[in-house]
Amino acid sequence: MRGMSLIVKTVTRLVAEFITIFAVYIVLFGHLTPGGGFTGGVILACSFVLLTLAFGKDFSLHILSKRAAGIWDSVGALAFLIVALIGYKAGAFFLNLWAKPATFTLKSAGIIPIANIAIGVKVAAALFGGFIALAVFRRHGPGGYEEDE
Amino acid sequence: MFDALPHIYTLIFLMIVGSVIAIETRDLLSTVISIGAVGFLLSLVYLMLGAPDLAITQVVVEIIVLVTLIRLTVTRDDTTVDEHRDVFALGSGLVFGGLLLAASIYCFQDAVAFGSPLMTVSQGYLDKSLQLTGAANVVMAILLDFRAYDTLGEATVIFTAILGAYVVLRKIGRKHDAGDVPHS
Repeated sequence: MRGMSLIVKTVTRLVAEFITIFAVYIVLFGHLTPGGGFTGGVILACSFVLLTLAFGKDFSLHILSKRAAGIWDSVGALAFLIVALIGYKAGAFFLNLWAKPATFTLKSAGIIPIANIAIGVKVAAALFGGFIALAVFRRHGPGGYEEDE
Repeated sequence: MFDALPHIYTLIFLMIVGSVIAIETRDLLSTVISIGAVGFLLSLVYLMLGAPDLAITQVVVEIIVLVTLIRLTVTRDDTTVDEHRDVFALGSGLVFGGLLLAASIYCFQDAVAFGSPLMTVSQGYLDKSLQLTGAANVVMAILLDFRAYDTLGEATVIFTAILGAYVVLRKIGRKHDAGDVPHS
């Protein structure tokens, strides 16, 4: 898959960083403002999709390869499970043992920000991998899939 | 409380129109764009009902699904579908749709009013979540603290779906001479 025209490349170069920073903000502040891990992860995946469409698949697969996407997907899922298991330290699954009454800071909500980060990483890697599997590879006959130019 | 209700009815009507266009049009690209319009109208409905979390999620998921679907349809050589219309299927669809509509009107007469749920546990969440979890966003407090087990299930669903996509779409491991499947 080749890239797109010069206009698209220039605009992408301008906005891609801001989309990524916005995704990180949405994930980190998920327990204070609307948003959260899933939404931020999808925005992060959107920025990777934008890079793929504008600069071609080699550029974005150089940043996050298929194999790395699979690994980050699993890492996010396992991190969420570990966050759940931490609760057993005080006796129950998913017990929020560091919760403090509202102070409206980043650290105020116990396990919720950590779980948000885990879900964000997981969703971003999973959706980017799904996009790569669906849109970049194309069917070349009955036998199998080959990579598009 | 619901001043925006006429606007919501307008939006729902436009969503139904978009869905009908998506089904009836012959061009796959037009279908994808109509589905996208329905999704964005749905996010407006969420915003008017006071659910900004859902509205953001709906917009973002809609964008990524739309981009993927357009990328998939544009690269096809021929995006038009030409099957001739089956009158019996259309007629039976209308008849059963009418029956379903009549039955649902009969059933929903006894339903509780919109926005006043029967379960009182939700008020408990609203009262106590800030104090118990410290999260200012009540939606996140419910999703990742009170109902975190459900969220773990959803994460597992996404994981399994992407795993299935990898398995179906992979290149290695497919037999190249199982080629008696007709493809167009």
